[in-house]
Amino acid sequence: MSFRIIVLAKQVPDTRNVGKDAMKADGTVNRAALPAIFNPEDLNALEMALKVKDSIPGAEILIVSMGPGRAAEIIRESMYRGADGGVLVSDRKFAGSDTLATSYTLSLAVKKLAPYHLLIAGRQAIDGDTAQVGPQTAEKLEIPQITYAEDVVAVDSSSITIKRRLERGIEVVKSPYPCAVTVHGSAAPCRPRNAKLVMKFKHARTLSELQEETKDYTEMRADRPYLNILEWSVDDIQADVEKLGLSGSPTKVKKIDNVVLQAKESRQFSSDEKDIDQLMKELIASHIVG
Amino acid sequence: MNNVFVYCEITEEGHVAEVSLELLSKGRKLANELGIKLEAVSIGDDLSHVPEEVFPYGVDVVHLADDKRLFPFTTLPHASIITKLFEQEKPEVALFGATSIGRDLAPRVASALRCGLTADCTSLEIGDHTEAKAGKTYKNLLYQIRPAFGGNIIATIINPDTRPQMATVREGVMKKEVAENAKQGIVQMIPVEEFVKPEDFVVEIIERHIEAQKINIKGAQIVVAGGYGVGSKENFNLLYDLAEVLGGQVGASRAAVDAGYVDHARQIGQTGVTVRPKLYIACGISGAVQHRAGMDQASMIISINTDPAAPINAIADYYINGTVADVVPRMIKYYKQNSK
Ligand SMILES: Cc1cc2nc3c(=O)[nH]c(=O)nc-3n(C[C@H](O)[C@H](O)[C@H](O)COP(=O)(O)OP(=O)(O)OC[C@H]3O[C@@H](n4cnc5c(N)ncnc54)[C@H](O)[C@@H]3O)c2cc1C
Ligand SMILES: Nc1ncnc2c1ncn2[C@@H]1O[C@H](COP(=O)(O)O)[C@@H](O)[C@H]1O
Repeated sequence: MSFRIIVLAKQVPDTRNVGKDAMKADGTVNRAALPAIFNPEDLNALEMALKVKDSIPGAEILIVSMGPGRAAEIIRESMYRGADGGVLVSDRKFAGSDTLATSYTLSLAVKKLAPYHLLIAGRQAIDGDTAQVGPQTAEKLEIPQITYAEDVVAVDSSSITIKRRLERGIEVVKSPYPCAVTVHGSAAPCRPRNAKLVMKFKHARTLSELQEETKDYTEMRADRPYLNILEWSVDDIQADVEKLGLSGSPTKVKKIDNVVLQAKESRQFSSDEKDIDQLMKELIASHIVG
Repeated sequence: MNNVFVYCEITEEGHVAEVSLELLSKGRKLANELGIKLEAVSIGDDLSHVPEEVFPYGVDVVHLADDKRLFPFTTLPHASIITKLFEQEKPEVALFGATSIGRDLAPRVASALRCGLTADCTSLEIGDHTEAKAGKTYKNLLYQIRPAFGGNIIATIINPDTRPQMATVREGVMKKEVAENAKQGIVQMIPVEEFVKPEDFVVEIIERHIEAQKINIKGAQIVVAGGYGVGSKENFNLLYDLAEVLGGQVGASRAAVDAGYVDHARQIGQTGVTVRPKLYIACGISGAVQHRAGMDQASMIISINTDPAAPINAIADYYINGTVADVVPRMIKYYKQNSK
């Protein structure tokens, strides 16, 4: 049995770059203006998988991503950096999934790819910052979890030893397989695309993407099966629809408030000595300091 | 039973963590509002002192799983114990610290119980909810309020149909308050052997280096915070000097922490600590929403920034247009000359 590593990767809106132009006049976010990116910590996860692959001959990496059709980009991007293939889990019925429904779905896709040794996820996705999907998927698969991984200390065919980054220090732990690892942003950044792999995989497509292509690649793909990115629906993973999407999500969003900057009446000072002196004088007089 | 449960984390030094005491304080209020009890649960090794640490916060029952294999924390045995306990006790609400431990453990438990979990809440309230379509009204739900979408929206999350209603909360978000007329509660020992499986111990800890928490910026009345605009580790010394003369603590934005100017323990904001000082001096901080989430409750805010359009200025009481290197030494100089 070859050594199989499954990486969970998500396409997310780039919430970190909510720059001035991404804010609407009313001070709320213009989501449409946010580009879709590879969730940053999932790139750290991919790098960790690649590092393991480098040290275990014959190891293979498969990406699993749940999302709309365009999330196939994440899988392609991973292939450009050294992943061997992937599955896009995509179905309208997944819409509205919270972390529990998402992890249920992902766990079914992972089971379908069993046997595997390692399941590697990012610590958290920047659109929700929940850090729940990794541990919850591990629970559904009934495998141990190592969260906040920063580095692989040792790995062989029977166990992996991981350095974890905690709030106040580090911990080194060892687990047998299969196990789940969630990777912290302080881990090594992902290696760049490899030009040869870009050439090899640039025509990799899901079935849905193929249908939108104008050129016919049927022949080329028959020769090169690695160009087929798998695409699984609810039926393919034999999911219980009750456990998916909104109906499978115990958490409901009752209300969303946009964060709007509340402008205060602020007083301006220059950096001149007399201005600073005036300010400090007021602070001392009003017992704010002193 | 349907009570409020708080997972009380045990620190390296063997005490109940601050964040857990804060959650007990909040849990007590929620329990009062709902007319139910407050229960605590601690898992670790040698927990005999835990009851006396938690009873002042109004805990009615404390459950203890005491076994030398349960410290330091590893996920599986703690998750097995909490899951079983919750299956038995059926809590209405369950709260965890949004710490390395809480955010590892709570999702595992929520998945096993198939209940909802909201990470990193900044506020918890009780309220009703009407499902418009079904015309169904739910009374007394836990409103789990948190920033989402990188802090650009504030979402109110509810779990209408599943129990417990689970949430994690960061340290410093809730106020720690001993309860009025707190009594001696009941201590319940958890039969560990029946709650864990041998396979729960497959993950082995090889090595640990955990530091005691040294810096406490949470309780500071004055916070001098620096951002990326401070420019260097050396320039941060100016901030330490100002904090020292004013009797405050130094905080930082994530960009300053990422740049290596200052230690992570000082990070303020959504993924750092929340502070509520009477004075917050923001030096070279732009004021991203994630940062403001941790400081906008300061009574007074001064912004020192070279950019008049920096968002922080909009929430500042005083805006000083200038560089940190020019302004901060002048503040120190005036203060030294003029305060008693
Ligand atoms: C999920 C998530 C969580 C996050 N959590 C946090 C968090 O908890 N805390 C946090 O702080 N951030 C957090 N961030 C990051 C946040 O979005 C910002 O990137 C960060 O706060 C910016 O830090 P800054 O203001 O120091 O840097 P910048 O945005 O680079 O601002 C630097 C400022 O310094 C000014 N400046 C430059 N030179 C000088 C000078 N010589 N003198 C005076 N002023 C000068 C500039 O005009 C500018 O306003 C989070 C982001 C995400 C996506
Ligand atoms: N839709 C998804 N598809 C694939 N992986 C996901 C998805 N959602 C979450 N993950 C994985 O779970 C991690 C934690 O996500 P979250 O709990 O949303 O913060 C991410 O870093 C991903 O590795």
